[in-house]
Amino acid sequence: MLQVVAQPIMQTVYQRPECLTDHHTHYCPGCTHGIAHRLLAEAIDELGIRTQTVLVAPVGCSVFVYDYFNVDACVAAHGRAPAMATGLKRVLPDRMVITYQGDGDLVSIGAGEILHAAARGEHITTIFVNNAVYGMTGGQMAPTTLVGQKTTSSAQGRSVSSTGYPIRMSELLSSLDGTAYIVRRSLHDPASIRKAKKAILTALKVQQAGLGFGMVELLSTCPTNWGIAPDKALEWLETNMLPYYPVGDYKVVPEVAAL
Amino acid sequence: MTRELLKGNIAIAEAAVRAGLEAYFGYPITPQTELLEYLSVRMNELNRVFLQAESEVAAINMVYGAACTGVRVMTSSSSPGISLMQEGLSYIAGANLPCVVVDMMRGGPGLGNILPSQGDYFQITRSAGHGDYHPIVLAPASVQEAIDFTTLAFDLADQYRHLVILAADGQIGQMMEPAELPPMTEPRKTPPEWALRGAQDRPRNVISSLFMSGEAEEAHNIAIQKRLRKIKKTEPRWQEYNTDDAQLLVIAYGSAGRVAYSALEAARANGLKVGLMRPQTLWPFPEERLSELADRVEMCLVVEMNAGQMLEDVRLATGGQIPVQFYGRMGGIVPSSEEVLKAIETHYNHAAHHA
Repeated sequence: MLQVVAQPIMQTVYQRPECLTDHHTHYCPGCTHGIAHRLLAEAIDELGIRTQTVLVAPVGCSVFVYDYFNVDACVAAHGRAPAMATGLKRVLPDRMVITYQGDGDLVSIGAGEILHAAARGEHITTIFVNNAVYGMTGGQMAPTTLVGQKTTSSAQGRSVSSTGYPIRMSELLSSLDGTAYIVRRSLHDPASIRKAKKAILTALKVQQAGLGFGMVELLSTCPTNWGIAPDKALEWLETNMLPYYPVGDYKVVPEVAAL
Repeated sequence: MTRELLKGNIAIAEAAVRAGLEAYFGYPITPQTELLEYLSVRMNELNRVFLQAESEVAAINMVYGAACTGVRVMTSSSSPGISLMQEGLSYIAGANLPCVVVDMMRGGPGLGNILPSQGDYFQITRSAGHGDYHPIVLAPASVQEAIDFTTLAFDLADQYRHLVILAADGQIGQMMEPAELPPMTEPRKTPPEWALRGAQDRPRNVISSLFMSGEAEEAHNIAIQKRLRKIKKTEPRWQEYNTDDAQLLVIAYGSAGRVAYSALEAARANGLKVGLMRPQTLWPFPEERLSELADRVEMCLVVEMNAGQMLEDVRLATGGQIPVQFYGRMGGIVPSSEEVLKAIETHYNHAAHHA
């Protein structure tokens, strides 16, 4: 008698990207660095460039990216990742060089390095995580801290009269002719996260094609230093950060359409 | 090969190219700018990397990045620029990376002036940045020696995976002398196994100076200190002149060493038993040899173009066995051989009077 056995169809639909190691991250609950890591890792895997990539870590919460990404990596001095990446990329023009930087690192102490790397049109990709606060040192005011936002070094709220205004880095860099792809995305909900992933993928393709400097700014949460629960932190981002830091494409050269 | 009339800065640049320099990052500052200008053309001719950075801070961090790839990399600057590079130098040292830094010293502190000086001795021999380490510091006294030490600097950097500073004063950089360049050598084909080039067919490489636990950071430091002890044992270099029967030993390096040599010749012509030790490595300082010489001479005279910085190393090496005198000029003034001779005579006669 013929016996028919049903064969279950097994298909992997979700797994750890090859580009991520099995290290547990040190990030606080609700921090969006983990999402940003995952998106970058997926993009590297999808392009098949893991073994061609050198990642430059910043100083700040994401200093340990070299533990989490299964790629060649180094740690820059605070803010100097774009200069270090320049040195790497100039010697290795056929490799993919990526910096991963926070807002204190990129907008404050490293403002000069990112500006000139962008102006030179360095063929590097910068993942810029903007959570409006210094995370690793415990929640001090960053150049991206919103007016009135309370931090441990602006306990009464950021005051314009003494510290001026938050810097919109994507807008600023997009004015430079060396830039090819400058966009801002947010990580506060699934739809935004999907758009962020697509932007990271495009930014890496921009580097592959040698079109110029590329940066993806990712609006992120810092529940610990904001003093807000993770779910409320996502809402806080949407309510407070999005109006000042609108998501959008600030510089996309025409060649990007063909990628 | 033939001798040609070469300016110090150009000679160092071409010597670096011939040593297999693959990447240069720098920022203009007098009195080393010709080095950068020369390489801006020469490196492009050879299809190698040249980039004028936006600051010395950026330049040294570009060097840090390029050094991660395992190629021979260099920057050059002068005193105020070297101050700005301290951060990057410390990271490079902490990451065990080889690179060569040229310091064409000028008058300081602050903006100072563009005249020749040796005022950076403390800054470059002690640590050249935060943390416990010493760069290897080579001090040429002529254009020929600047060429030879450039080659040596790259070899030592690679051999020890260590930071090497070629420390000359503005006079060495700016003057022209007949000198011979070495033959061209090609950059090495195979990068070292620690280099960052993409984790193809091997586990990933990580270059970092970050160690979170005290134990790991201490172990890292112990390894650095072990390497430094080896360098200290093997690499001190110096030249001696008339030390066999010397009663007064002059110790001077770089341009001051040349002036001291002229003064020594004049003193010998006058019948004074004067010798000269000219350290060629400022770190490691040739302390063992100086200690031996201190057993034989009656007095030391240190001559520097600063307020007395190597003087401290001489005092440490001689351990109070004999008097150590000092003659220095500051502000970018190079002492004349006549005034050094006068200093020699004053101390020599004083010692003879008390003998």
